[in-house]
Amino acid sequence: MIQAGTDTGGDALSFELLLDAIVLGMLVGCFYAAVSIGLSISFGLLDVPQVAHPAMLLLGSYGTYLLGRWGLDPLLAGVILMPIFFLFGMALYRGFHEIFEKRGEATGIGSLAFFFGVALIIEVGLIMVFGVDQRAVEAPYIGSSITVGDIPLPIRMVVAFVVALLFTGGLILYLAKTFTGRAIRAVAQDEGALKLMGVDPVKIKQWAFGIATATTALAGALLIVITPVDPNYYRLYIGRTFCVVVLAGPGSMGGTLIAGLILGISESIVLTMFGASWAQAVSFGLLLVVLGLRPQGLFGR
Amino acid sequence: MKSILRAILLAGLAVLGTLAPAQAQQPIKIGMAVSQTGTLGGGGRAALLGVKMWVEDVNAKGGLLGRKVELIAYDDQSQPSTTPTLYTKLLDVDKVDLLIGPYASVPTAPIMPIIKQRDLLLMSNFTFELNRDLKHDKVFNNAPWTNAENLTGGMFDIAVKAGAKKVAFLAADQEFTQNVTAGAKRIAKRLNLETVYEQIYPPGNVDFSAMIRAIRAAKPDIVFVASYPNESAVILRGVNEIGVGDSVKVFGGAMIGLQFGPVMENLGSLMNGVINFTSYVPEKTMDYPGVRDFLARYTKRADEEKVDPLGYYLPPFSYAIGQMLEQAVTATKSLDHKVLAAHLHKNEMKTIVGSIAFDALGERAKPSVPMVQFQNVADKNMEQFRQPGKMVIVAPPELKSGEAVVPFEKARKK
Amino acid sequence: MTRAGAKFWVGAAAVMLLALAATAILKNEYWFYAGFVVLQFVVLATAWNILGGYAGYVNFGTSAFVGAGTYAAIVAIKALAAPLGVQILLAAGIAGLLGFATGLLTLRLRGIFFSIATVAVAIVLETFIVNWRFVGGSTGIQILRPVDTGLFGSYTKMLFLVMVGLSVAAAAIARTLEISWIGRGLRAVRDNEEAAESCGVPTLRLKLIACTISGALMGAAGAPMAVYQSYIEPASAFSLNYSILALAMPIVGGTAHWSGPVLGALLFGTLQQVVSATISSELNRLVIGVMLIVFVVGAPAGIVGLWRKWAAKRAGAGSP
Repeated sequence: MIQAGTDTGGDALSFELLLDAIVLGMLVGCFYAAVSIGLSISFGLLDVPQVAHPAMLLLGSYGTYLLGRWGLDPLLAGVILMPIFFLFGMALYRGFHEIFEKRGEATGIGSLAFFFGVALIIEVGLIMVFGVDQRAVEAPYIGSSITVGDIPLPIRMVVAFVVALLFTGGLILYLAKTFTGRAIRAVAQDEGALKLMGVDPVKIKQWAFGIATATTALAGALLIVITPVDPNYYRLYIGRTFCVVVLAGPGSMGGTLIAGLILGISESIVLTMFGASWAQAVSFGLLLVVLGLRPQGLFGR
Repeated sequence: MKSILRAILLAGLAVLGTLAPAQAQQPIKIGMAVSQTGTLGGGGRAALLGVKMWVEDVNAKGGLLGRKVELIAYDDQSQPSTTPTLYTKLLDVDKVDLLIGPYASVPTAPIMPIIKQRDLLLMSNFTFELNRDLKHDKVFNNAPWTNAENLTGGMFDIAVKAGAKKVAFLAADQEFTQNVTAGAKRIAKRLNLETVYEQIYPPGNVDFSAMIRAIRAAKPDIVFVASYPNESAVILRGVNEIGVGDSVKVFGGAMIGLQFGPVMENLGSLMNGVINFTSYVPEKTMDYPGVRDFLARYTKRADEEKVDPLGYYLPPFSYAIGQMLEQAVTATKSLDHKVLAAHLHKNEMKTIVGSIAFDALGERAKPSVPMVQFQNVADKNMEQFRQPGKMVIVAPPELKSGEAVVPFEKARKK
Repeated sequence: MTRAGAKFWVGAAAVMLLALAATAILKNEYWFYAGFVVLQFVVLATAWNILGGYAGYVNFGTSAFVGAGTYAAIVAIKALAAPLGVQILLAAGIAGLLGFATGLLTLRLRGIFFSIATVAVAIVLETFIVNWRFVGGSTGIQILRPVDTGLFGSYTKMLFLVMVGLSVAAAAIARTLEISWIGRGLRAVRDNEEAAESCGVPTLRLKLIACTISGALMGAAGAPMAVYQSYIEPASAFSLNYSILALAMPIVGGTAHWSGPVLGALLFGTLQQVVSATISSELNRLVIGVMLIVFVVGAPAGIVGLWRKWAAKRAGAGSP
């Protein structure tokens, strides 16, 4: 199944590796969109400073791991966790609304510190329950690869790519086509108009925040399918998720997919061409550049 | 009324307090800070158990110089910034008599200025080239290596014998792995090996498929890996998933994690064929007096304390620290650090990990690091590692218990 | 000088004298090691509060500025063999410049965008240090501490005194800013940036000043770490603990008044030293997280706010 590279010169070799990097970057990029789409809703549309999003993601991964120990398929486990996460998200938003939005401090330092505290508690909770060691799940699609053209692709990446694409696409359609979806988009722009239509903006926001949190369950499952996780791991995803959302432009759902691809491919190329020690800074560096040059993002309103 | 009673009581206690030392000897206090949480926590807790068991044993025999031994251990949280404060606390607040170092070099390095400045004896615990620049004459390392050459040299010798010409390096960007890799490169240069691939990855990296693919494309004979536990597991999974190619004769070197029971149980057959350094394995050639008894007792305690159930890598060596202190104190009848250090330099110490003699820098005079190849390892079975033949010592000659299987792909199927 | 001002400076002088007396009387070095760590957080919390408390810009990346300071000191030692004073000045300069650059880059950003940008600065900077072999790269670097200085008996005592000086300086700077036009301007920025701007408050300039001063103080606090720890590697120089604690301490202490972060840091820092040997680091962090939430929800004005409320109540009850 596995073919070793032919005896070509250095240039051909690096071209081959570059092609490899781009293909793999595309697969990862779609996954990045899936882990970021929830943040695009909560932060991009609702203006809630949800810095605990990456920590929620990890909570999804560990939930999947727990269910996996009972023999459940990780992706199925992710889907099962979604309603629980949805309810948790609704409760979290309700608390946030009562404490901060009513005081008119939705974006003050208190609300930021609040979500920062939530993230910290999740991280510590995971360490106390699971320890600092890495955890991985088992599934038939983890641990082998298929060869497409000359490129061996790990099946887990392909599975994650397909699921992420379907999931992100579905969510974008939901927000664009359904009544609730359109109400969620409207709440971001004009609460007053929504009130005139007889819709309670707080309820809509609560629903939307529930959805945003529920996405982290499945996205977390994808994460642990792709790679083993440990409790500190979410920090890397602070950069990745916010990079994708900011790059896309807050509120642009379709942009999230493209931004995910841009990040995935850039990381992959940097990793292959410049070395792994620079790869982790790609998301943060890209984020800084976008924030400095075009804070409204590529497709921002 | 109450206050008068309390005053009398306090006065009585004070009198007792001044009399006490004259009657009962104060215990000998031994202090250490060791990671019980954080990334080094797993190893640190196992090492601590080894020291604790020595303290219990020595107290059961009546203590040292007729005095009980008391261990004071703090958690350095795997953070080097905590150790200067913790060791000054041990020295100045707890007033300990003897010091044992933290697990690994990174948390130990920050206390070296204090040790040197106050001219203290430090029994360091699995450090690596710690004393190379400082040259303090009272530091003693319990680890079986002295430098990168004797840590991984055995693997290169096997590869060269099998006709290896090209080498690939994959190393974590951290203190220990970088130092070992620098040493491995010196070996490669000496052996005239051509470096065809070199990658340094950041700690916590989780996707190695691109790197493994690049290694395969470079067609090396030797793949030298220096990694930390988390990445060791991911790398071996990636190798299984994508494959490193048929050119590779030997794979491994300095992968940390493959010495710890839980990691080994987890990886199972994925480790087959890998050649890697370790400190102790239950092969016939390492059956030192007392070590089996120690490990049997350790296993029971490990279960209660939820630490590595095998405990091959650190605990016997931590216990050996206690044994060395015991011999030095008993022989010299002293707790003076200068006297003890002189004794440790001059005499060969008898421990459950063999006899240990030190060189001028407090490293092993005769380094001897077992290079093991994993063979016939099954999945999800902790008990199998207690039998000889799973981690076969393939180098150095004095410890060798079996032959290395090459090339790597053939060894993997074994 | 106002009466409050006179009181502050007398208090500051008293603290310095007390610290000096302590170094002369106390033999036990542990107190100076522990005191150094606690006081470092007094500087960091105070510095954080200049931007976070007064202007309402939350810095998640304190570690970037501390790390920059530590590594500036290492460069000063390695390249120039500079004494501690020069190390601190250089560190303050570099970290202040970094603060200025961060401010410049994120001038147009509000709220959470600024916070995320500071995380990014921390990570990108750490990556550069990791790849910079001159300062040891990822493997770290050993700094040989000079032999004891005769002046204060021991090097540790001197480091402690330096940190006392930095703490007093930080509090003085924060207090001076607070009562000056800069403080009033920053508060206007915090309350409503658009309104402040339309009233002619030079918001951009104020933010840049706050970023620079805050960064410089953090860098100065990071500089002595090089000789204190004597072995530095990026992972601990850029430790997330700095970022977490520098944010939690002012919020618990109270962000409106300069004494809030000082109080928060003394309280939290001492607690950390006391419990570090008895409870695990995880539990420690859990306590921080819970206290953070309890305070932002229940007492947004912090301990200082609670104290003032209590004092006002007592005064009210006392006069019928």
